[in-house]
Amino acid sequence: MVIATYSILAILALIIFSIFAKGIKALSWEILTQVPKGGYYYGKGGGILNAILGSLSLASGATFLAFIIGLPVALYINVFLIRQKKVVILIRFILDLVWGIPSIVYGAFGFSMMIFLGIQTSLLAGMLTVTLFILPIMIRSMDEILRTVPIGLSEAAYSLGSNKSELAFKIFTRQTVSGIITAILLSFGRAIGDAASVLFTAGYTDNLPNSLMEPVATLPLSIFFQLSSPVPAVQDRAYASALVLTIIILLVSLFSRGLGKRYHKTKINF
Amino acid sequence: MYLLNRIQRHRVNYTWMIVSLLLVASLPFLLFLGLYLKSFLLIHDYHLGDLLFSKVWKPGSGKFGFYPFIVGSIWVTLLAMFISAPISLLTAIYVTQYTQKRFLRIMHPAIDILAGIPSVVYGLWGILVIVPFISHFVGPLFGVQTLGYSILAAALVLSIMIIPFILNILIEIFRTIPVELKEASLSLGATQWQTVKSVLVKKALPGIIAAFGFGLARAFGETMAVLMVVGNVVKLPKSVFDPGYTLPALIANNYGEMLSIPKYESALMFAALVLLAVSLFFNLVMHFFIDRYNKFSA
Repeated sequence: MVIATYSILAILALIIFSIFAKGIKALSWEILTQVPKGGYYYGKGGGILNAILGSLSLASGATFLAFIIGLPVALYINVFLIRQKKVVILIRFILDLVWGIPSIVYGAFGFSMMIFLGIQTSLLAGMLTVTLFILPIMIRSMDEILRTVPIGLSEAAYSLGSNKSELAFKIFTRQTVSGIITAILLSFGRAIGDAASVLFTAGYTDNLPNSLMEPVATLPLSIFFQLSSPVPAVQDRAYASALVLTIIILLVSLFSRGLGKRYHKTKINF
Repeated sequence: MYLLNRIQRHRVNYTWMIVSLLLVASLPFLLFLGLYLKSFLLIHDYHLGDLLFSKVWKPGSGKFGFYPFIVGSIWVTLLAMFISAPISLLTAIYVTQYTQKRFLRIMHPAIDILAGIPSVVYGLWGILVIVPFISHFVGPLFGVQTLGYSILAAALVLSIMIIPFILNILIEIFRTIPVELKEASLSLGATQWQTVKSVLVKKALPGIIAAFGFGLARAFGETMAVLMVVGNVVKLPKSVFDPGYTLPALIANNYGEMLSIPKYESALMFAALVLLAVSLFFNLVMHFFIDRYNKFSA
């Protein structure tokens, strides 16, 4: 038992250490601030700014869309359907099912939708696919937080004459700010790290993202492509890109922990 | 101050909620329908049994046998479960029963970070560490010549990826077991380990099975990390040191070429459909177990 527990911690340390050790050597200012130049994939100059910005814009767009769709659903479950226990259980069940679907299936689905609608591989297509993919994560984690809102708070709001949507959007959201932000950051982390769903839909380009309808580079794919190159210098850059991606993920997770603690004070306790 | 009055705002918000809810609730059906329609071309022309159990994969000449990929996926998944299941179960027991609360506070961020690392990074780490480890160390140890890109490498990387996932569920389950049960057992003179073995684990069994099932479903669908270390050779693997090919890797590897042949595209969509079906099936069954667990513990 002890061995199992500490081996997990050791493996985590090993992963972080090897990614840092390999990546830090190849990491330079040039990689972070330039787009790939001609012959980049044969070891010539340039950087992965296209992928960094592409990933950030794709992930934030998808997170935003998922938030717009996800928040009302989570609120609806917890405010309007609070008495229909069976319906709530069914919806949660469907969400859990959808959560379990592998991201490559979303990628394939997004791809077929893309052809059906006649759009090319683009930032928009990638964004929509990733939105579908993170939607269940977003809703379920908000739902878990909204469940904890005490019934007394709803009763107090009703008794002051508020209607259900006011209760939902003004009281519930305020009570659970920290949880909602955590849910958003969690989804963002998922969105930025996933490769399989954007492989078909977002495409790849050496340019900076400048339009919704054009292909966009993403960090996971840039790692993947650079790693499959036979040139050692390009592989080194893959390690650097992996380091960048890992750092972004670590920052997001750190940030969500910090925020969670900070907003805890605004909570009303019954 | 507001453009609309209260009632109108309520209506807007309500519509917004309902539309979003319908969209989300119809998602699994939409996914299934979309993929089914896309793979209809293939299902229509071939016998389903032939597709799943034929060994010949030659998309150029119209032969689509998914058997090697399915077998590859099953090998990798089961092996990964075999490695990760005992580790995560033991860790969950240790963390919840044998240590203080403070330890869990160190463990939780660690699990979260492990769960948050993107699969591409796991794949890269697999190439850096696991693949050389297998080709230089594990292979010679068993007297096998191997490049390292193998079923075993994929299973090892995969098991590390799903451990945090299973562990989270298990810790949650062990924490919901009422403490009175443990106290009753201890007061009857059972040792700590006896209590764990014959009270806690027995009590939590449906939950444990469900956690493993969710992990299994997750492992079955994992794409990038496996793709990067499994070797991608269309052949029935004979041992764990052989390279293999999994269903998700098949989809991801061929997305570029598939557009030229309609049946090829249809075949890849069929692979996605199989993945979707397996994932939905496993999650359904495991929810049944979780429900049983919840009923008993209530």
